[in-house]
Amino acid sequence: MKALLAALALGLCGSAFAAQTLTVGSKRFTESYILGEIVTLTAKGAGEAAATHRPGLGNTGIVYSALKNGEIDVYPEYTGTIEREILKSNQPLDLEGLNRALLPLGLAAGVPLGFNNTYALAMGEERAQALGIRAVSDLVKHPDLVFGLSQEFIGRADGWPGLKKAYALPHATPHGLDHGLAYEAIAASQVDVIDAYTTDAKIGRYKLRVLTDDRKFFPVYDAVLLFRADLPQRLPRTWSALSSLHGALDERRMIALNAEAELNGKSFSEVANGFLGARQTNARGDGFLARLFAPDFGRLLFEHVMLVAVSLFVAIAIGIPLGILAYRVPAARQGILAVVGVIQTVPSLALFAFLIPLFGKIGTIPALTALFLYALLPIVRNTYSGLTDIAPGLRESAIALGLPAGYRLRVIELPLASRAILAGVKTSAVINVGTATIAAFIGAGGFGERIAQGLALNDNAALLAGAVPAAALALLVHGGFELLDRWLLPAGLRTPD
Amino acid sequence: MIRLENVSKTLNPRFTLAPLSLDFENATTTVLIGPSGCGKSTVLRLLAGLVAPDSGSVKFGEEVLQPRNAHELRLRMGYVIQEGGLFPHLSVEANVALAARYLDRSEDEIRKRLDQLCDLVDLPYSLLARYPRELSGGQRQRVALMRALMLDPWLLLLDEPLGALDPVTRRGLQKDLKEIFARLGKTVIMVTHDMGEAAHFAGELVLMRDGKVVQRGTLDDLLKRPEHPYVTEFISAQRAPLDCPGSVA
Repeated sequence: MKALLAALALGLCGSAFAAQTLTVGSKRFTESYILGEIVTLTAKGAGEAAATHRPGLGNTGIVYSALKNGEIDVYPEYTGTIEREILKSNQPLDLEGLNRALLPLGLAAGVPLGFNNTYALAMGEERAQALGIRAVSDLVKHPDLVFGLSQEFIGRADGWPGLKKAYALPHATPHGLDHGLAYEAIAASQVDVIDAYTTDAKIGRYKLRVLTDDRKFFPVYDAVLLFRADLPQRLPRTWSALSSLHGALDERRMIALNAEAELNGKSFSEVANGFLGARQTNARGDGFLARLFAPDFGRLLFEHVMLVAVSLFVAIAIGIPLGILAYRVPAARQGILAVVGVIQTVPSLALFAFLIPLFGKIGTIPALTALFLYALLPIVRNTYSGLTDIAPGLRESAIALGLPAGYRLRVIELPLASRAILAGVKTSAVINVGTATIAAFIGAGGFGERIAQGLALNDNAALLAGAVPAAALALLVHGGFELLDRWLLPAGLRTPD
Repeated sequence: MIRLENVSKTLNPRFTLAPLSLDFENATTTVLIGPSGCGKSTVLRLLAGLVAPDSGSVKFGEEVLQPRNAHELRLRMGYVIQEGGLFPHLSVEANVALAARYLDRSEDEIRKRLDQLCDLVDLPYSLLARYPRELSGGQRQRVALMRALMLDPWLLLLDEPLGALDPVTRRGLQKDLKEIFARLGKTVIMVTHDMGEAAHFAGELVLMRDGKVVQRGTLDDLLKRPEHPYVTEFISAQRAPLDCPGSVA
């Protein structure tokens, strides 16, 4: 028996060694997706570790905390972002300086890929020409221009706030606009000035003029790999393969790769494969139906359903007792209803982002927690009101029969409130199917992955290939609960057909 | 003997039950009557322990009704409200047997008692499997009475038990109920606002107004020896020709 256990333990250890893994992250925009894919394929090529890509993990904050917590091992980042956003440094740092500051964090930066993707402001060529605007400082004379800037650009120190100060721009801080939509907005003349990256594929397509940064405000954003400091020792062969990416891409090349994905409709892995000289075909570029039922359909469906089902189950297990508590204990009522109500008002992406540092993890756990929290309100609220709305005559009849409180709750009150409680559960389930699409932004998978990619690429077919099955799932869940109603509701409460 | 001793209860700023003392002899039928909001239902709810008195006490024999013993005392009384108070999610059979099942009575015993009660209130056995919404109003009140009688209580509290029925059904049920009460010999306290119904059932009437007892006595006492002008006013306001007690039989 002991020998058997020992053999088993050895076997487990052995397989643990064999299953060396490398997890690559990326942010939620085309270039980051492509670079993440290139890094993943390169690491796979080394044959040392099973490399997986967790694409589109949201903004710097999310992907950086994933790296710090060891959820991912490496991701493509830009030196300017490391300097200002991650290290919050006031002075420019070269790669050596960055690494000195990163060392205490257990992180390192290296392998400059060869291009500088800095921020820039861009305007429609015709409009810029008409107004005689060539450089950022020319904007001062046109305070009536409408800016359409991305949320991240507005928020970060090296973005709008610093730029406004450096150039004394008179324009008010605009509302945020998804970067993927900004080009459409400028093409439709809804905005005049947008933020762009210098390697942005769409600059040419939308006939934009990149304004000269005449006061050298924007720092250098050299693309590098940001990784956990132990990576080169842990996976030496993989590391040497990754090092071969040093200087492999210049701006022109990067713009071309971005354009292949965004303008020619190729998948990220196709673009990466094309760059690495490999041959692999993919469903991207096919019709909508082929994209809808692409090979990842089953996995996304499973992830999506799992997220909804598990969070809903826990919300039922906790929400119904909370609703009962609010009904039975007047002192707890306002507190319970207020807290679940307030949770509902927290924007989902903010809640997801908030939960990541709390759990020290990205992906499924924070996503399930957020979905659970969102599912609480309808269930607690409906349980409470279902119980409160029982006709006083029925409540008193039960008391007058001499039944004690616990028995009344179980045999009389909960069954009488069951229609309301089931309606609450149904609402939560349908809401969760929708909210779960946002879980993809923190790497929890589901149909939101396609929506995130579609948004990043401004690719409506990809967006629909995620949104349509999510909507169908919501309808299916709704219909399923209608059937469940018939089965679960006490016969005397069903509406006669 | 059931006794309210100096019981007062303020339910809302507009209604206070004045300190009130009332006795109910065993095995008699007493009807509490009066206009809406006079406090007659509150007396019944005090007796059932559904509301607690602000002062004074409710006594069953020597036992004072308290939260501690309320649940046990309630098992020995039956309570019927205007709409019957039947639980819509339970079948007729389950409604009637609810308290017996809670007390873990044997299914055999329950079955026998159900048979007896169906006979007593004249309800077809076939209706036992139905749900309350599948019954007529009169049938529902018969079932509510069965439920109240299931554990063979010694006290029946009836709050406008026939108030929601149409006149024809109401007359029929009035007659049946009176026979049932006579046969069972239980203490019955009934609330109604209908003078004809009160006269039909009661040995004694208690006329109430604004949380106070105006007069207590037989119908004859109230008709011939009113102790307050309101007694005559209340009676004459209600004496439409067709509603006279004489037209019932």
